Amino acid sequence: MEQTSSGGPVIEFRDVSYNLPNGHPLFSRLNLQVAVGETLVLLGRSGSGKTTALKLINHLATPTSGEVLVNGVPTRNSDIIRLRRGIGYVIQETGLFPHYTVEKNIGLVPRLEGWDAERIHQRVLELLQLVELEPAVGSRYPHQLSGGQRQRVGVARALAADPPILLMDEPFGALDALTRAQLQHEFLSLQQRLHKTVVFVTHDLREALRLGSRIALLEAGRLVLVLTPQEFLCSADPLAAAYVQAFADSRTAAHGGAP
Amino acid sequence: MNLFHFLSQNQDQVFELTLEHLWLVGISTLFAVLIGVPMGILSARRPIWNKPVLGTANLIQTIPSLALFGFLLPIPWLGERADRIAILALTLYALLPVIRNTFTGIRSVDPAVVEAARGMGMTESQLLFHVELPLALSVIFSGVRIAVVVSVGLATIAAAIGAGGLGEFIFRGLAMVNNQLILAGAIPAALLALAADFTLGWLERRLRPR
Repeated sequence: MEQTSSGGPVIEFRDVSYNLPNGHPLFSRLNLQVAVGETLVLLGRSGSGKTTALKLINHLATPTSGEVLVNGVPTRNSDIIRLRRGIGYVIQETGLFPHYTVEKNIGLVPRLEGWDAERIHQRVLELLQLVELEPAVGSRYPHQLSGGQRQRVGVARALAADPPILLMDEPFGALDALTRAQLQHEFLSLQQRLHKTVVFVTHDLREALRLGSRIALLEAGRLVLVLTPQEFLCSADPLAAAYVQAFADSRTAAHGGAP
Repeated sequence: MNLFHFLSQNQDQVFELTLEHLWLVGISTLFAVLIGVPMGILSARRPIWNKPVLGTANLIQTIPSLALFGFLLPIPWLGERADRIAILALTLYALLPVIRNTFTGIRSVDPAVVEAARGMGMTESQLLFHVELPLALSVIFSGVRIAVVVSVGLATIAAAIGAGGLGEFIFRGLAMVNNQLILAGAIPAALLALAADFTLGWLERRLRPR
């Protein structure tokens, strides 16, 4: 997938509305732009439509009205398979294929793209190193891995064919706090090297502040605001302030809280 | 003791009827898989087809086997040879477990795996052949196993219309009120069912995804 030369947004939502199968609107008239190389975090509660917003980008969901553009091309007019092969996709449940070894899982998109076996093998080794897994992990099956290892494999698989865009749906949500912090750290250092355009879904403000270059706050089908982490922390918006307050409370509680 | 005596004296015939029996079961199971697996896939992929397909297969299952053999007898090309009727009837009965297990197997693939597959740009046929079918294989296979075990029993009835198989001994024994002859058909048929169940069960465990 080629980058647009104009330097315009890589991903753009234009007046996008989405109704649930029962006709109930999940969100309406969403407008959003994601610039090249940034990590945009979609922050919101469960049911706020953030996962669906993510799926609109790789056309796993279709807008009811409006359009989503990737590299300036409306997704509804593009070849969906080509579109998806150019977008890495990481989900919380990992979606690793249980009947494939780690190596085969990671090499999936290159294989679909017709790379030769030796090149795929080299690429897999490179990716295992990138996500800090031993080469020996390649011959194991997903059920033989820990949660953190599985998620690393999920990230490696999404990066396999070097897509310019990465969609991540609460990728670290199911991990213990320590592993999560570690993977967040590794994500940041990866992103410093790779400069992918990332859309990252989470309900965790701490994660949003840590990873995002901008945070888009979704609530009840509405895009409340899009701010940088610094702006978010001192935003006067009542909802943003409520998030920050809840975050601060949890820290106070953790520090003993007592007078 | 008498039974063993009979079996050893009629070795050739026992062998021949067992082979006939296996042929009836084998070919009908093959047809049931060739028809049932695609129908199971269809009903898993297109929910509209789910009810009519499974409903029809269920309905067929309720027809008494002897009656079904009888119904098929007057049909032109089919009625000319008893084994054709038997194979068709056995195929029809084997459809339900094959269709149902294919449907269940595909539906029970982890939705996250299917979503990841689509999200990474697999086409629908790649999703089916590389992900859904391999993961559903052991469930599909257990349907085939049920079909085979049921067919081995049902195929004995095919002898009533002259399609051969171990049922020959049973029906002859019934006519002659000779228990030994009935057992000479029933025991090999039961052993056949057990052997098939055991072998296919072993294969099924080997196919189970980790």
